Amino acid sequence: MSEALTFHFDVDGENFTSAGQASVQVKKNLRQLGLTPEIIRRVSIAMYEGEINMVIHAGGGMADVTVNEDTIEIVLTDHGPGIKDIDQAMQEGFSTAPDSIRQLGFGAGMGLPNMKRYTDHMHIASTVGVGTTITMQVNIPK
Amino acid sequence: MKISTMKELLDAEVLCCEENLGRHVYSACGSDMMSDVLAYVKDQAVLLTGLVNSQVIRTAEMMDMICIVFVRSKLPTPEMIELAKENGMVLMTTKKRMYNACGILYQNGLVGNRLKNE
Repeated sequence: MSEALTFHFDVDGENFTSAGQASVQVKKNLRQLGLTPEIIRRVSIAMYEGEINMVIHAGGGMADVTVNEDTIEIVLTDHGPGIKDIDQAMQEGFSTAPDSIRQLGFGAGMGLPNMKRYTDHMHIASTVGVGTTITMQVNIPK
Repeated sequence: MKISTMKELLDAEVLCCEENLGRHVYSACGSDMMSDVLAYVKDQAVLLTGLVNSQVIRTAEMMDMICIVFVRSKLPTPEMIELAKENGMVLMTTKKRMYNACGILYQNGLVGNRLKNE
């Protein structure tokens, strides 16, 4: 693979049922590229949690995945309310999701920690009232 | 543990992908919180849950899980069954409650994942 491959997705913020479709597609694409199941799982779980977050908190957004020779980068961009305190948001169990979301099986305060757990690098840039951009990288072992 | 053995132990009804009852699961997770499932489970696992929505199937798909058991007689929607079929995932439903269903499987040798600090 000499040139980077890129995939772009618009994440619909209105529909919780369809949330995760972009991650499913990425999983399929990565399988076709012949990456190992562990790498594929780490990328798709991190992206899935991010996608769910965008639907719950930000009214949707965009997901861009770039596959390079030695790393896979996922960039999630939304124009939601932003994250007030990133350190607090990174703590397991902290969540601002409403009860209606908890009844659907999410909002346990594990989304961002899971994204960090499954990636080699994660950076959150967020401005309250403007939006959030999360950049994650998963290294591909040689 | 073979999926067919789980079916017998839990007196469960198979809802789709019966052709995969011969596959084996090596670990299990019982939860209604999908992010907890995403945090700890390894592949070729079974998920036991009382939650019914399409994200249950997607979560299992992300984790490469091969079987979901719905407890307390919960039934997945037709859309969920379609999603599961696309992935060859066995869906089953049992009358047993979560605690009992997990206990029966554990007692018969299907232990969950151990955490590093356990």
